[in-house]
Amino acid sequence: MSNNSKIDLDILKKLGKLSRIPIDETGSNKLMEDLNEILGFIEQLNEVDTESVDPLSSVTGHNLPIREDVVDDGNKNNDVLENAPEKNSGYFVVPKVIE
Amino acid sequence: MSNADQNSNYISGKTGDWEIVIGLEIHAQVLSSSKLFSGASTEFGKDPNHNVSLVDAAMPGMLPVINQTCIKQAIKSGIALNAEINKYSVFDRKNYFYADLPQGYQISQYKYPIVGEGSLKITDTNGEDKVIGIERIHLEQDAGKSLHDQHPSKSFIDLNRTGVALMEIVSKPDLRSPEEAASYVKKIRTVLRYIETCDGNMEQGSLRADCNVSVRKPNGDLGTRCEIKNLNSIKFISQAIQYEAERQVEILENGGVIDQETRLFDTSTGETRSMRSKEDAHDYRYFPDPDLLPLELSDSQISEIRSDMPELPDQLVERLISEYGITKYDANVIAEEKEYVQYYEDSAKNRDGKLVVNWMTSELFGLLKKNNIQFNQNPISPNYLNELVELIENKTISGKIAKDVFEIIFATSKSPKMIVKEKGLEQVTDDGAIEVFVDQVINENKDKVKEYLSGKDKLFGFFVGQVMKVSQGKANPGLVNKILKLKLK
Amino acid sequence: MSNLLQFSISEALSLLEKKEFSTKELVETYINAIEKTKDLNMYLTKCFDQALEQAKVSDQNYLNGNQRFLEGIPLGVKDMFCTKGIETTASSKILKKFIPTYESTVTHNLWKEGAINLGKLSCDEFAMGSSNETAAKGEVINPWNFEEKRTPGGSSGGSAAAVAAKAALAATGTDTGGSIRQPAAFCGVVGLKPTYGRCSRWGIVAFASSLDQAGPITRNVSDAALMLQVISGYDPKDSTSSNKDVPNFYNDLGKSIKGIKIGIPEEYNSDGISSDILNAKDMTINFLKENGAEIIPVKLPLTKYSLPVYYIVAPAEASSNLARYDGVRYGARIDGNSLDEMYENTRNLGFGDEVKRRIMIGTYVLSSGYYDAYYLKAQKVRRLIKNEFTEIFKQVDYLVTPTTPTTAFKLGSTQDLLTMYLNDVFTVPASLAGIPGISLPIKLDKNKLPVGIQILGKDFDEQGLLNVAKVIESCASFKDTPNGAAS
Ligand SMILES: [Mg+2]
Ligand SMILES: [Zn+2]
Repeated sequence: MSNNSKIDLDILKKLGKLSRIPIDETGSNKLMEDLNEILGFIEQLNEVDTESVDPLSSVTGHNLPIREDVVDDGNKNNDVLENAPEKNSGYFVVPKVIE
Repeated sequence: MSNADQNSNYISGKTGDWEIVIGLEIHAQVLSSSKLFSGASTEFGKDPNHNVSLVDAAMPGMLPVINQTCIKQAIKSGIALNAEINKYSVFDRKNYFYADLPQGYQISQYKYPIVGEGSLKITDTNGEDKVIGIERIHLEQDAGKSLHDQHPSKSFIDLNRTGVALMEIVSKPDLRSPEEAASYVKKIRTVLRYIETCDGNMEQGSLRADCNVSVRKPNGDLGTRCEIKNLNSIKFISQAIQYEAERQVEILENGGVIDQETRLFDTSTGETRSMRSKEDAHDYRYFPDPDLLPLELSDSQISEIRSDMPELPDQLVERLISEYGITKYDANVIAEEKEYVQYYEDSAKNRDGKLVVNWMTSELFGLLKKNNIQFNQNPISPNYLNELVELIENKTISGKIAKDVFEIIFATSKSPKMIVKEKGLEQVTDDGAIEVFVDQVINENKDKVKEYLSGKDKLFGFFVGQVMKVSQGKANPGLVNKILKLKLK
Repeated sequence: MSNLLQFSISEALSLLEKKEFSTKELVETYINAIEKTKDLNMYLTKCFDQALEQAKVSDQNYLNGNQRFLEGIPLGVKDMFCTKGIETTASSKILKKFIPTYESTVTHNLWKEGAINLGKLSCDEFAMGSSNETAAKGEVINPWNFEEKRTPGGSSGGSAAAVAAKAALAATGTDTGGSIRQPAAFCGVVGLKPTYGRCSRWGIVAFASSLDQAGPITRNVSDAALMLQVISGYDPKDSTSSNKDVPNFYNDLGKSIKGIKIGIPEEYNSDGISSDILNAKDMTINFLKENGAEIIPVKLPLTKYSLPVYYIVAPAEASSNLARYDGVRYGARIDGNSLDEMYENTRNLGFGDEVKRRIMIGTYVLSSGYYDAYYLKAQKVRRLIKNEFTEIFKQVDYLVTPTTPTTAFKLGSTQDLLTMYLNDVFTVPASLAGIPGISLPIKLDKNKLPVGIQILGKDFDEQGLLNVAKVIESCASFKDTPNGAAS
């Protein structure tokens, strides 16, 4: 790993926690190398002067389309639950959540 | 405001006074038929996962399309809170994992909310006006519901509420006591109910508050705050703030520091506690939702809504005072609920407004409370109250008799005039008839008359009482006084 | 009967109408071809029974003379499109056994016009890849020199391979950074990425929402026009879809290109580019000149920043789009003792390495402290890139570039991430700008592998793009067939 690598094991673990993808000790070095290689590549962007440039998040030219407030969906419990790995009495079921 | 008054908000500790600083984030469910980004119904109380579209369940490839009414409702609410309406706003994704958050993100507004800074006038602890700053209002999706008590090792997920539109109304940290916080929430609720952008039903969760609480030495630097999540009653809001402030004072006075954290209020113990599931790595990674575009509003769209605004509570209070001559206090009581206003204005037509407000706020509210009846189930129509007050005004009945009549209307829903007629309750205003009653009382109380004439003035009241009793309360008290005075010379 | 495989969509439609053969015969021929080419590993799910049922309906419609626009045309569908009642996995283990109860708008439009679904085609997992090697059920093999086991490209590798191998008359693809055009080039077929917003994204498994766009993969330019016409149009269920009118792409094909201005960007010339590809580009320039077009060298200096922008924007959006795969409502679930453990188990085993890498990068560039330096910066450069295209299209009508820096490489030969990412270096800029692009085959290289050329145009000028492509196509007269194709 190069000296200027940005993602260390701590950051990698944090990313794993945020994205719910566990970091296993064996694979973590390779993953870290890969991610730092990509970061090194994308840092080329620092060469571009973006002073006073507005960020672009959509290339779409039109305005946000707006829907009438009518109930024309829902009432399809079977469709919604059709693919559920675990369900009970019309609910999705997950391991117990502790608040 | 004097210093002494101000201090009544302070918590006095071992090291002196502490000031509570409170900011509220109110989540108000927008009144709309369908959800913010899907066509599923917002109706409360359906079977689990009934009001759920494929969009709400975040099935692969599903996309959001925004509901016109929700936008309009947010603008209306902004106008009612004297706030700036932003012509450019952006929907962002707030990313986190939770069982009842199907997309893995909540669509919300972060950098560019639809409504900017505003203000709200409340009544503070001393009964005086205080203006609370509003930081912003943004639109966002509600989450679903997790049930933890259905199974020993499982949680059950219902997505009916998922995607329902919420307005998050963020106040500035301008509130200084649990009472002020309560007053603020009540006022927000009243305003939103007036303009019909939220039903304000706290038991159903249509309005709930996150309370940011910190303490500091009076006028010192702001302390570290804790956020108490999801309080759904005004009572709990006051209790939670009080508890939390005292907890923080105790820690600080014992040399400790406050951890900035999210806490839950336990309604059974009245205490707040740290959330166990609180994540060490909270990072919501907000970014503009690429499935949506920025929301751009035109001046004409906003001014159209502005010109269509109903009368707001503060405006109404002013009008009630000037139009009906009632006190500010009474006007505020009436203004609290739209249905009170309607009722009051109907029953006060052509009547003495002060008399009507007294009857409404003391007699009517009292009876309703005693009988545990909701206002909208009120058996006394505005017409009847109007008629009753008319009977008092034209001296057909006395105020005392009126109270009896009132209870009879309440029980039978008969008109006041009919009751008075049927029971012969008309006031006796004929001098001759009253003289007969007075003579009877004088004859039956010769010894008392002697005492009175020898200087025991206090007995006059006794004679009045006796005459009223003999007349079964129907004698006009003014005339009774006059005639008694003449006869007892 | 297997000679039916030679016909294009437009030919098949006119022969079906003349009752030269039936839809049933056509569909059976393709079913047979799919069986013959099964070693290429293109189909994840086959829908033969339904296809034959649909063929009956189509034949009846031809009999009654009320045939629809694509009546009886057998197609393959990239597994990114949700298909009602048919397993849709996006080539990922995490969507194993997911059977949508709904149909994507694009495929719905195809079936509504009488097209017939042969089955679901493999792709890179969640469309993340350029070689089809990230597919959960293993890579697709390019039908060209199939014994050498080369990549069909990606992510729409199954779609391009199936069209080239004559295992589908045409196919749908999705293009986020080149996922239609690059595999089309590698497989010697035509691939069209429409303008962002031209086709609805509703019901397509999302990879990067601001970039994803559906499009056709076909044997020739006319077929691309026919397919595009059916799949285009405003969809009120997709807020980013455009309500621009959909032209009659097919009927308006064949206009002269005399006098139009073609820009040749000098930056689309990376160092490793082969002489065969440069030669294909020169051939194309000559075809255009012969037909009266004006060739203008142009500069697009920001081109080189397209890939870095793409590798911030796409993973960022993907990291959020893929959060819904959590084992709660559909797809695979690997249990755990707590909710978080269940999430982690499910996502750890459900996602492949490339998907995980991109989720990690995407999470990083959006996280607090890094957002401005990476994500916001990328959005700003994206605007500059978009502006650069807008400016260049004031000078020229179209741009012509190679589609890819190389022809199809051998499966497993690219170990290095960045080398793999460089596959999309010529296709990504148009994706960032949202403009339409088409790739069509020009010739074979020295390894007898097809070489593709890309044409880019202004927003919503697919018609012009198709016209230019049609001219090049007839000049190039590319008629070779891969040795892995069904016959
Ligand atoms: Mg909050
Ligand atoms: Zn909120």
